[in-house]
Amino acid sequence: MSPKAQNLSLFDRSILGSAILQSLKKLAPQLVAKNPVMFVVEIGSVLTTAIWLRDLFAASPSGVPRWFTLAVSIWLWFTVIFANFAEAVAEGRGKAQADTLRRMRKETIARKVRTWPAPEDVIPIANEEMIPASRLKKGDLVVVETNGLVPGDGEVIEGIASVDESAITGESAPVIRESGGDRSSVTGGTKVLSDRIVVRITADPGESFLDRMIALVEGAARQKTPNEIALHILLVGLTIVFLFACATLVPMGIYSGVRLGTTAVVALLVCLIPTTIGGLLSAIGIAGMDRLLRKNVLAMSGRAVEAAGDVDTLLLDKTGTITLGNRLATDLIPAPGVSATELADATQLASLADETPEGRSIIVLLKERYGLRGRETKGIVHFLPFSAQTRMSGADFGSRSVRKGAVDAVCAHVASLGGTVPAEVVQAAWRIGDSGGTPLAVSDGNRVLGIVHLKDVVKGGIAERFARFRAMGIRTVMITGDNPRTAAAIAKESGVDDYLAEATPEAKMRLIKEEQHKGKLVAMTGDGTNDAPALAQADVGVAMNTGTQAAKEAGNMVDLDSDPTKLLEVVEVGKQLLMTRGTLTTFSIANDVAKYFAILPALFVGAFPELAPLDVMKLASPYSAILSAVIFNAIIIILLIPLALRGVSYRPLGAAALLRRSLLVYGVGGIVAPFVGIKAIDLVLSAAGIV
Amino acid sequence: MTLIGWAQIALFFLVVLALVKPLGSYMFRVFEGTPPLPKAERFFYRLCGVDPVKEQAWTTYAFSLLAFSFFGLLVTYAIQRLQHLLPLNPQKLSAIEPALAFNTAASFTTNTNWQAYVPETTVSYLTQMAGLAWHNFTSAAAGIAIALALSRGLTRSGGAGGGKTIGNFWVDLTRATLYLLLPISFLYALFLVSQGVLQNFAPYREIATLEGVKQIIAMGPVASQEAIKMLGTNGGGFFNANSAHPFENPTPLTNFVQMVSIFAIPAGLTWTYGRMARDSRQGWALFAAMAVLFFAGVLGAYKAESAGNPALRELPRLQQDRGNLEGKETRFGIAASTLFTTVTTAASCGAVNAMHDSMTPLGGLVPLVNIQLGEVIFGGVGAGLYGMLVYVLLTVFIAGLMVGRTPEYLGKKIEAREMKLAMLYVLIFPLIILTLTAWAAVVPYGTGSLANAGPHGLSEILYAFSSGAGNNGSAFAGLNANTRFWNLALGANMLAGRFLMIVPALGIAGSMVDKKVIPPGPGTFPTTGGLFVGLLVGVVLIVGALTFFPALSLGPLAEHFAARAGRLY
Repeated sequence: MSPKAQNLSLFDRSILGSAILQSLKKLAPQLVAKNPVMFVVEIGSVLTTAIWLRDLFAASPSGVPRWFTLAVSIWLWFTVIFANFAEAVAEGRGKAQADTLRRMRKETIARKVRTWPAPEDVIPIANEEMIPASRLKKGDLVVVETNGLVPGDGEVIEGIASVDESAITGESAPVIRESGGDRSSVTGGTKVLSDRIVVRITADPGESFLDRMIALVEGAARQKTPNEIALHILLVGLTIVFLFACATLVPMGIYSGVRLGTTAVVALLVCLIPTTIGGLLSAIGIAGMDRLLRKNVLAMSGRAVEAAGDVDTLLLDKTGTITLGNRLATDLIPAPGVSATELADATQLASLADETPEGRSIIVLLKERYGLRGRETKGIVHFLPFSAQTRMSGADFGSRSVRKGAVDAVCAHVASLGGTVPAEVVQAAWRIGDSGGTPLAVSDGNRVLGIVHLKDVVKGGIAERFARFRAMGIRTVMITGDNPRTAAAIAKESGVDDYLAEATPEAKMRLIKEEQHKGKLVAMTGDGTNDAPALAQADVGVAMNTGTQAAKEAGNMVDLDSDPTKLLEVVEVGKQLLMTRGTLTTFSIANDVAKYFAILPALFVGAFPELAPLDVMKLASPYSAILSAVIFNAIIIILLIPLALRGVSYRPLGAAALLRRSLLVYGVGGIVAPFVGIKAIDLVLSAAGIV
Repeated sequence: MTLIGWAQIALFFLVVLALVKPLGSYMFRVFEGTPPLPKAERFFYRLCGVDPVKEQAWTTYAFSLLAFSFFGLLVTYAIQRLQHLLPLNPQKLSAIEPALAFNTAASFTTNTNWQAYVPETTVSYLTQMAGLAWHNFTSAAAGIAIALALSRGLTRSGGAGGGKTIGNFWVDLTRATLYLLLPISFLYALFLVSQGVLQNFAPYREIATLEGVKQIIAMGPVASQEAIKMLGTNGGGFFNANSAHPFENPTPLTNFVQMVSIFAIPAGLTWTYGRMARDSRQGWALFAAMAVLFFAGVLGAYKAESAGNPALRELPRLQQDRGNLEGKETRFGIAASTLFTTVTTAASCGAVNAMHDSMTPLGGLVPLVNIQLGEVIFGGVGAGLYGMLVYVLLTVFIAGLMVGRTPEYLGKKIEAREMKLAMLYVLIFPLIILTLTAWAAVVPYGTGSLANAGPHGLSEILYAFSSGAGNNGSAFAGLNANTRFWNLALGANMLAGRFLMIVPALGIAGSMVDKKVIPPGPGTFPTTGGLFVGLLVGVVLIVGALTFFPALSLGPLAEHFAARAGRLY
């Protein structure tokens, strides 16, 4: 089973069961104390419960009915439990993922290499010892053969193998792992399908990729992120303000001849402090990581997810992200006096020996457009495969020698045979270059027959995607090794904001630093070892899981699908996380208005019957008013759990439009909703004859 | 409500609006550009051993300010205690007793100008001029300095002035006094004299009135003190009757100019701030939020006062159909009195031309709420701007998250440290007011000073502590504040309301100043425009209202609803 397969419904039954248990366990004061807002609620619950117990034995001095104190106590306890429940559900969803991963890790036996390089006089099997994978240390060498599980994270130092990484990525197609190069990294728990590799372990026990993944999804390694801390300070500050506002109300009440019962004051306090956001805050954070994991991206810290929401500049590799892998042939342009068929024929001959993807795309084009199929290769004396030196491919037979390759190389070849190049051909080549394509010239003997148009094919829908980012204020920069002309044309076609042509790792690094110097946050993807410095420098570095260990270590996220386009989704999840916090905070604070109108008249109406007009909801009785507000305050936490876990719906809009929308829904809604909710609860309570 | 009344309010606002840009750009030039009198300035720096080029980190800045204020507090205390030995005391007034002297020294040092004393019978001319009017200049200049420091912290990009510094307190103090407060006050005083405000050192005069009764007319250097009293949003009257006294505020014209001069600098500073932020819309956004809150107040107060007291309608001789004229000068009428009341409490001035205690419960609610919102509706000179900027940070933080970025203001991220300081700033204010009110409401030495029982009495207590902590200084009256308890409690209250809030404000400046500036883009949370202004107003109202709503509902609100039902206190 893979993380991807774990598409749990929001309230999966197995999670709910343990979450309910967890939410009761989390009532332990030392656990609640981590969340000051809920800690205040818990102290209030203890207080009112104690008052109820006291009233059981002696009549209440303030004449408050016992049932009221009990009901308020119960709902205050529920408030804490509901907040715990939100956190437990979020953690439970992570735990379910972690359990799957953990099961996978069990009982792997590693074949540790005793001495390296293996001495020649010892048979290979004698050079190995069998130890449990959990005892492998960094630097150990292990052998993995067909159908063996890779015992730990490491790097292939010898051999090549096809590996099934579906346990990590959910992708069933096997991948190739080989020593050297950018595909040398293997992950513990994956399975070798064929061949034999020697792996150098790169993580100590308990620090492997899988371990970190488990710790992260379980929430064990979760630390409060910077923004979460700042928000917490705001919530604690508000709690203190309301603590004073409520505490000082008692002496002011004494002055005014109002005897305020402790239960009622505690109820007022709990309703005013931001319990909604206070109760859901950690669940929102955990759910953010979880949502990323669902997209098969593993964030190394919550901080990285938060930073993703702030990203100003996205560096995107052209190949694979913006364009479909390789350049494809799209057209043939014959030289003056040359028929299309003649050009096609010569092109096919010249391309037969070209094994590059571009070469193969020419064959495909010829087949589709000119119906040229495989042909007899009899009589061909000599095939000339494409090489970086000649930058041409071709074939010699009889008196003919056909060539196809870079325009300047072919022109030089033709000139050396005493031929000339028609101006039209040169112009056609220039036009193609200007439009971002790559021209290849085809010659037969000393005649240039025409031009093949190779083109980068931009992925469908990518331009719209960039437009969405632009609306969000994020600049996209394409990174490519192409020359500036080609890069400019592709940039134009794909709608990317800017490009870095003829990019080297150093140039990429420089670009990141420049952007950061301007105060921008930069996100990028990378896979190669030479990407590692840039990945480390970028604020959000998403390493491809297929990439090298160095790249994975340097980045702060790993994309298990190795899909560079994923960066876009990462940013959206980050933004969604912050928005969810903001909207629920606004909602929570806006709620207070209605709660005042419910509770204050109820508190004072005894001494000042004239204050009745303040009771705009016309609640059944003072007791009902207070109880309804407390019940609403508790229930709203439960009702908002799905929103906290799923995140608010996110649309790629500019900040002003987003703000207007959020304010309308959560600000105005936050003011109105409790009026409706409290009145409704009041109606139910009085219909049930409770109050 | 009358057309003339509305016209006065509208004219007042238009004049203030017209002053914003000229005064604001003058202040920008003086504080951030090239000051007009470098030689004179240098003379003072050399005299005091100040290096004007050397900027200060926020800690040094705060320390300079605190040390300067503490020194001022001591001097004023000493002058009061020794006034019987000092010159310019034609009435031979005796030394002021310690608790009152402490209260008055704290009051003027903090720009509050709460007056527990009756000036005519308590303080000599020297005490007025050297002990009190001096503070009217320096406390106002200090307020401006803090506003400048916070503005620099927010607007400077990446350590322009040498990294972590936010200006030089001594330079800001000197410039504010030398270029702004002194010259304007000088001309202003001449204008007041022309209108009939006194300016002499003569002993009090005894005259026979038309009724043949002997009356003592108090004299003194009034005009010179009156000008800075308004301009520096100080509000401490030369006479007990403050701006209701015909020798302090003789004509409708002086009344109008006095109101305008309260708002002039606080309003102008929003423009200065916009200039410093290199985006005048940032300044206008603050101005607009202040203006919205101001209009809400003035409309509410004007409406309530024009409607009169509902409980008194049955008594035709009281003519409540003409509105509530109790405690108002008939010279000014309801419109100019409620406008003055709103202005003086919106800005933390505290000068009065009518008795706030005599207003209808809802009319009295307006000045009380104005103060309790934190004195940010234009506010005290400087204090209004830095108070509003703290609210801006809170607004940006809460609402900024909603656009899916960690909150930033003017391109600078708002993080845990700034939130801590901003919350501290916001917390201290209600904490001291509510705690002291609750205390005074249940002890005999607290309630013993009350003239009224019931909710009105609670309003009197609440108003006194709000006015003190907000450094407003206006009195609701009906409260005998010259007792040991009240003098000490209010003195401490005023000091806490000023200095405990200044330190976090400067702390914010210090922690924001060397933050990296992220250039704005379409994804940036907008801090200009109608939406933001509305949001800012909402946060000011919600934070202020939510904190004080319970207390207010036992005070003015209870009184209002009781009065509607015919119950009076």
